Amino acid sequence: MCVEFRTRHGVVRALEEVRFIVRRGETVGIVGESGSGKSVTAYALMGILDPAARVTDGRAVFGGLDLLHASRQELEAYRGRELAMIFQSPRTALNPIRTVGRQIEDVLLRHQTVPRAKVRDRVIELLTLVQIPDPERRARAYPFEMSGGMCQRVMIALAIAASPSLLVADEPTTGLDVTTQAAILDLLDELARTTGMATVLISHDLGLIAERCDRIVVMHAGHVVEEAPARAMFAGPRHPYTARLLASTPRVGAKLAELVPIPGGVPDLRAELPPCRYRARCERAVAECDEPPLPRTQVAPGHLVACRRPL
Amino acid sequence: MILDVRALTRRFPVRGGHGAVHAVDDVTFAIGHGESVGLVGESGCGKSTVVRLVTRLDDPTDGRIFFEGHDVGAIPAKRFARTAARGRIQMVFQDPADSLNPRFTAFDTIADPMRRLGESAMRARLRDRVHEVADLCGLPAELLGRYPHQLSGGQQQRVGIARAIALEPRLLVLDEPTSALDVSVQAVILHLLADLRQRLGMSYLFVSHDLNVVRMLTDRVLVMYLGRIVEQGPADVVFEQPAHPYTRALLSAVPADGGGPRSRICLTGEPRSPIDPSPTVCRFHGRCPEGFERCEREMPVLRAAGAGRDHEAACHLLDAPVGSAVS
Amino acid sequence: MTGFLRHARYVVTENPVTLVAFGLLLFLVVLAFIGPTIAPHDPLATDTARKLEPPTRAHWFGTDQLGRDILSRVVVATRLDLAIALGAVALSFAAGSLLGSCAGYFGGWTDRLVTRVMDTIMAFPLFVLAMGIVAALGNTLANIVYATAVINVPFYARMARAEVNVRRDAGFVHAARLAGNGPARVLAVHVFPNCLPPMMVQVSLNLGWAILNAAALSFIGLGVRPPTPEWGIMVAEGAAFMVSGEWWIALFPGLMLMLAVFCFNLLGDGLRDLIDPRRRT
Repeated sequence: MCVEFRTRHGVVRALEEVRFIVRRGETVGIVGESGSGKSVTAYALMGILDPAARVTDGRAVFGGLDLLHASRQELEAYRGRELAMIFQSPRTALNPIRTVGRQIEDVLLRHQTVPRAKVRDRVIELLTLVQIPDPERRARAYPFEMSGGMCQRVMIALAIAASPSLLVADEPTTGLDVTTQAAILDLLDELARTTGMATVLISHDLGLIAERCDRIVVMHAGHVVEEAPARAMFAGPRHPYTARLLASTPRVGAKLAELVPIPGGVPDLRAELPPCRYRARCERAVAECDEPPLPRTQVAPGHLVACRRPL
Repeated sequence: MILDVRALTRRFPVRGGHGAVHAVDDVTFAIGHGESVGLVGESGCGKSTVVRLVTRLDDPTDGRIFFEGHDVGAIPAKRFARTAARGRIQMVFQDPADSLNPRFTAFDTIADPMRRLGESAMRARLRDRVHEVADLCGLPAELLGRYPHQLSGGQQQRVGIARAIALEPRLLVLDEPTSALDVSVQAVILHLLADLRQRLGMSYLFVSHDLNVVRMLTDRVLVMYLGRIVEQGPADVVFEQPAHPYTRALLSAVPADGGGPRSRICLTGEPRSPIDPSPTVCRFHGRCPEGFERCEREMPVLRAAGAGRDHEAACHLLDAPVGSAVS
Repeated sequence: MTGFLRHARYVVTENPVTLVAFGLLLFLVVLAFIGPTIAPHDPLATDTARKLEPPTRAHWFGTDQLGRDILSRVVVATRLDLAIALGAVALSFAAGSLLGSCAGYFGGWTDRLVTRVMDTIMAFPLFVLAMGIVAALGNTLANIVYATAVINVPFYARMARAEVNVRRDAGFVHAARLAGNGPARVLAVHVFPNCLPPMMVQVSLNLGWAILNAAALSFIGLGVRPPTPEWGIMVAEGAAFMVSGEWWIALFPGLMLMLAVFCFNLLGDGLRDLIDPRRRT
């Protein structure tokens, strides 16, 4: 998948050759710094990209439908029912002047997954499922009457209302407290396990991704630089960027001296870039890194690295 | 002691209603010369209010704040801006984009405290001093003419730090200084902060919700819950042998990367309301997995937690061993 | 300063609408300055022999009922109309910003007092209020400016209050206090300048409105007195002749009025971008 943004200051090649697969019931984590293209990937999948964006190439096949080239009607039929998304800021993603119960009802009625008479029961059932205490009372509450954690639970309830088979969670716990974060992610884990729903979890927090995901996709400046099973990635990252990212993440009980920053910043995506966009920051770069194409090497089963000189 | 806070209390009246939000309730702690103290807790626990009180941006309802032996808490926040102590307590903000005036260049931002509070000798060589401070914070001189929106997040935070240390403060309050930054940049800023403390001999009050980061940068930690300090002690002791159930829950919620399954303590229920809380009920009661009858009857106070020197926690469990919960 | 000029060039060239607006503004300002020297005839000279002539080579915009050259009158009137508008808007901007930003920053009784007074002003039909002020104080140029200013103050006050209010708790405001800035300085140097960009849009819309207001006062006979050339009076005088077919008397001053209002309305976004440092690249 390739996505470009046309801006006043030139074309931003936000995503280039991004490819990964998500299997049924699997949790895939996408991790990267800001500007790495994590959210753009999610938005492209959901068909809610900014009008300035243009998908220049690629496909995103989901249940036989190419999401990137589907018509609006097709996408609308899929969104909510088969595909759902959780946003970063639950407060702004909820309609402030409708009670949360009504908002969930809207989704249920829209997709007609339950008979009209059963809608209210289903709302309570969903709120119970996302572990909101006192669901009957909460269904009548407005978003502003709830804490951030509660709002995010409502968002999850909305997202899973129609039992989607793929849930895209874009930084679902950023801005929430650690204990709330743990509870929300536990909830997502459990939903994935019980309903067989696949999850794409997007985060900048490597620790969180590591703990929650089966497979990890590491992105840098619009490229997928490494894709591997979570354990393999942590045991031995093969791309220099992944290794650096791990070294710069504060771990439990780590000392400051163990924290190694990554030199440089994400390159300007408007400029002419070398095939490997990490080249300018990489300490292992050699002359042959400038020769296209960027390789995509399988170093172990299910472990792909986009680097000429993997670790 | 550089900072000695005693029985600090701040209540906010509830808008259009009765009662008051007890944002900070009877908080006592001290920071030694050159010491780095961490303040952790979840949103709404009152750590931001403590920060605003200690930095004298807000007036306490009750309690005293001694800074270098002077009772600065008694000076109204409005007048404090013109006292000599103003320059000696400085702060680094959470969101660098929000904390820099969009109409000020980096140079003007760093020079502002010197122009307002600096001695005449410092003002005379303002230019040199700004360059010196910027250099100390790893900010290239050519960026000094730029506006905040022309700088990256990491550079913005360097400007914020340079502004804070421009007057050579003795106490630097860091309010989640890296939570708005990417991990790769966070690492750089954390190193910079550790380095500056060593070079300039400042004391830190480091506020964060990221426990891993707090542990890296602090000697001692205070844990707050709903306006009260529930545990305090040397960072290693608190993190290795937490005595308060809340601290344990907090630590267990931190993602452990690839470390295999760990036992997580799940907090159930909603936190108690901060509006006029009962003075005789433990604030954590109701969410506490180990709460018992006494917690509803008596507010626990900080007491020695045994494990190490000056390790204290406010929990009745320290009196009554778990399982034998009798009054 | 060169940075500002470069920024100004960028703002103007980036948006064609802004370019048109600034071009029109330049035209009006030049006309205001050199109008009396380039006017082909004396705007006050009557010539009853050539009254009510339609546009000709000698009189491009025709002549009015007293045989005065309409082109000259329209050109000369530019200075007066712009001066009234600028004066009124400057006054109301200054007073409104001061009141509004104090109300927004300090809150409490300052806020309540200012808000009530502004609400009271806005409770009047504004044009009627302006009429009343001019009628009571006397029909002078200064009073027209004051009246127009008074009815505009509430808009600036409310806007400044809202803009200051949202920035009152911004990090950079706390940082300014930590740097030793007193409340007045924080407000004047750190908070208020950041409210200017959105307020500039209001200023520019208001300029157009002030011109219309001054013209309307003149139209009903409460403004500038004849025979002073002013667009409002000219339209008023010409209106009577529309029915008998002498359309040019009211049309040309009307067109100028429209052009000026149009220019100010278009100017808003450009003015905002011009003083917003965040738009700089």
